[in-house]
This record gives sequence, C-alpha cells and structure tokens, in this order.
Amino acid sequence: MSDKKPIIEFKGVTFWYGGANDKPAIKNINLTIHEGEYVALLGLNGAGKTTLQLCINGVIPNSIMGEFEGEVIVYGNDTYDTPVREMAKFVGMVFDNPEFQLSQMSVAEEIALGMESLGFSYDEMTKTITEVLEIVGLRGLEDRSPFGLSGGQQQRLSIASALAMRPKILVMDEPTSNVDPIGKEEIFAVAEQLNREKNMTVIMAEHEVEVMAAYADIVVVMHEGEILLNGTPEEVFSNVDLIHKLGLRMPQVTEYAHRLNQLNLASIKKPYPVTLDSAVERFKDIL
Amino acid sequence: MEPLIKVENLWHIYPVGNVTALRDVSLNINRGELIGVIGQNGSGKTTLVKHFVGLLKPTRGKVYIDGEDTAPLKVQQLAAKVGYVYQNPNHQLFARTVQAELEFGPTNLGLPEDEVAERVEQAIKFFGLEDLRDLHPYRIGFPLRKLVGMASIYTMKPDIFILDEPTTGQDNITTRKVYHLIEKLRDEGATVLCVAHDMILLAEVVERMLVLRDSELIMDGTPRQVFSNHEVMASTHITPPQITILSLRLRKDQQTLDDVVLSVDEMIELTKQSNTGKK
Repeated sequence: MSDKKPIIEFKGVTFWYGGANDKPAIKNINLTIHEGEYVALLGLNGAGKTTLQLCINGVIPNSIMGEFEGEVIVYGNDTYDTPVREMAKFVGMVFDNPEFQLSQMSVAEEIALGMESLGFSYDEMTKTITEVLEIVGLRGLEDRSPFGLSGGQQQRLSIASALAMRPKILVMDEPTSNVDPIGKEEIFAVAEQLNREKNMTVIMAEHEVEVMAAYADIVVVMHEGEILLNGTPEEVFSNVDLIHKLGLRMPQVTEYAHRLNQLNLASIKKPYPVTLDSAVERFKDIL
Repeated sequence: MEPLIKVENLWHIYPVGNVTALRDVSLNINRGELIGVIGQNGSGKTTLVKHFVGLLKPTRGKVYIDGEDTAPLKVQQLAAKVGYVYQNPNHQLFARTVQAELEFGPTNLGLPEDEVAERVEQAIKFFGLEDLRDLHPYRIGFPLRKLVGMASIYTMKPDIFILDEPTTGQDNITTRKVYHLIEKLRDEGATVLCVAHDMILLAEVVERMLVLRDSELIMDGTPRQVFSNHEVMASTHITPPQITILSLRLRKDQQTLDDVVLSVDEMIELTKQSNTGKK
C-alpha cells in the first residue's frame, strides 16, 4: 500500500452537530485513504459513519451547522475553505434512499442536473449521459421517469448522476439498504467495477459484512464517533472479541473459525478466513 | 384443524395495464406458524399478503381467514384478525405521541377505555418503549420508530401479524432485538408472516418459506429445503447465508438435508458430529 498516493487525510477531526458542549458525532478522527482503495465503514447506527462521509465532500463543515475541529484534505484541497460545488469534482455521494435524491422528469435530466450547475456544454452533457448510463447498465432508459424505476435502478441512477461530475472518489452511505437482492447485486457489482477498472476510490458504509469482507481493501470500524479498527478485512475481523463487544457482526465463516478455535475443535491460525472461497479452502477437510 | 389462512387458486390481475401479479396460488397457513415470504420486488409477495389484510380482493379464486371468505369483508372488519406492519413506519404513524399512536388501533376497534389502556401498557412492556411514550414518533430514531409501528398493531391483538421487511435499515443490535420480538409474538400464539430479504432472519427465525417468482408460488418449504435448492436460489437471485453456502460446498457429494446448516451454531454442531464420526 505504501506506494499508493494518499488522497484523503483526516487530521484530528471532531464535529458536533450542536454546540461543543454536546457529545461529538465524530471524535478526533485520524484517517488516511489512498487512491484506488475500496474502504468499508462498519459500525452501528449512530457510530458516526455518515458524519465522517459528509466531511469528505465538505458538506461538513460548509453546509451543515455545527462545531468543526481539525482538518480534512482531499486531493490537496482543504475542505474547510473549498466550496462544496468545487469538491463535487472530486467526490460523488450516493445515499441510502434514492427517492430523496431524485427530482427530475427523466433519467437523462436527472444526470444533467448536477452537470448544469458545473457549467458543462450541451455536447459534453449528452456524451457524458450516455457514458455514465453505460457504466451503470441503464442505457436505453434515458427518457424514463426516475420514479418508475426499480429500487436497484434508482440507486444506479444516483451513482450515474454522481459519476457525471467525473469524481475520483465515490462515497456511498448504505446504498443497498432499500433495494431487493437483485438490486443489491447490481449496486455492489457497479461499485466493484468502478474500483477495479477505473481505479476509483470507493468509501462505502454498509451492514453487509460478508460482501464488504470480499470487496474491501480496508475495513474501518467506528464506534461512538471514534475509529476503533482500521486495516485489511483479515486484520480487522481477527479482532473477534472487540467486534462482538461492539455488537457488530463479522462474516459467518470468520465467526466459525473463531468458534472452532475456542472450542478446541480445530486449530485455526490467525488471520481467520473472511471470504467464502478462502473458508472453503481452509476448511475443506473439516467435515 | 381448519387452516387460519386458506388460499385457493388465487389470481390477481391489476386492472391498470392488465398486469397479472398473482397466478393460481394455493396454500394453507396454520395457526402459530412463523413464515417467511421471499422473492424479488415485483414477484407478487406484497400482492399476496395484501389479500390477507383485505387491501386487495381476488380477481379469481378465494382467500379465507379463519374460515371466512375475505371477498365481502372490509379492511376494518379484518383489522382485529390481521395486522400489517409497514416497511416504512412513516407510512403508518401519524399520532402526536407514541402513547396516542398505540391507543388509536384498539380505540378504533370500539374497545372500552380501560381495555385500551391495558393493551397500551402491555405493548409498551412487550416492545420496551417505556421511555418513549410521550415523544412524537418522528422525534425518535428509525429503528425504534419501527418498533412503535409493530407495537401499534400489537395493541389490536390480531391473530396474524404481517411484517414487511422488519429489519431493513437496522444495525445488528436492533436486528437481533427484532428477531427476538418476532419469536416472542409467535410464543404468545400469534401467526407471523415476514416479507423479507434478510436471509439470516429467514434462516434462523422462520420455519417455513414461501418463494414467489414472476407472480407464481414456486416453492413452499423449510429454510433448509429452500436454501439448498440451487435452481430456486439462482432463478430468484437469492443468496443463502454464508455459513449455509459453506456447508453446501464442503458437503458437495453426500448431501442430505441434515447437512444443510442455517447458523454458525449448527455448523459447529455438524463439525462436532463429524469429529466423533472420524474417531
């Protein structure tokens, strides 16, 4: 990882939605993310995942009121004095409820909306719309109403709208929590493809630990506003006791490896397997 | 014994666009069953359960609740027997306090005040809402708001609870709490249907699964049967729990239903048995 370029740096970041007398939503966050990394953010509701994500595009502290301490640097820009509109060129955001993000009469207009505010020409817009719809697999639906799409399609449209601004970083906040299994597959596949083929940095908050363990390079575990674990999926999910204590789930195969050890049914060395394939390999003679 | 829900050759065709949403579905559900209804959005699962609440009427075929044909019944007449908990509690909650929300259902059923008060107390205790009773439902977080949605149906003491995606958008701690509450409802004698994509809920909590695909009921079986049916899993894009797939892949050759595990606990048990066998 050391040869990779650091592109996001949190330095001692604390944020309070109310005044500094309240409990901060995030507390003394220090975090470096490198270009092209797929980062999974895990934690209970209220752990600070969304707040951390909103700091990346500068919505915090620029558009959301509160007390902000520390520094967030994204591609050399200090978010504190960079307009959010400017940050949109670096950071695309996708939230958990696509209906909140969609407002236009057609799929094409939905994507054009953000580009208009950045002053793209008509030709550029047409070309980009085609391109981003291709990436998310929605070509041919340009004239459809966003509200007539399935949940998975709506969420992919949100991703397309974010991509139209040509960001280098895609921040996703529980993007699959309101879609069905096909929709989930589609969204995870698009995120993975963007990460692998276009070297896009992906920062995803998710409860689906099995999927995150398979896709993410880095897993960050948050609890009550703080980062408690930060490492590869194998490193992070080997901290079984802490993860249990926080009330979080880990991949079921990892849980199994840990229990085998605890009960002396087998001696499984750390790091534990975190994906299905690695577990099949490790446990092939166990039954 | 007469089934609590009886569906006979049910068809539902939405008049707008002449869309067939259910095609010749037949099934029986007995009192006290804990059932998962699964399938992609648009497969017909919501259309099916809406017939149990009286929100939809059969285009063809019959639906009986507790022996009674639902066709002439109004939603209000079924409300004492069947409760529907929405996926999004905001579609359901409208009162100004949690307490008032919980009072609404039983009051509407025409119950006397002291009975209403007693049921509200029972619901508050059952769902652990003691600290919330005077709050506006929108002032409390989403996970607890969902519990208020369930509690406001609980006060009507229906025989049948239909829960639409009870764990969506919840973290692990609240998800576990909901699993426990679903089991508790069943233990009190209720019949519970969960329309859900949450595979761990289906594996660890429900006892029977109804699988819908393209408007048809394509499978009705135990979670073990459903999760080990490759054709059904692939064609519905449903991924069983990771530990279930692990057990299927490790026991590829000699597979009986007993080898299909539904939880990490079961996988540990299977490993122990296998160790004993080897010795």
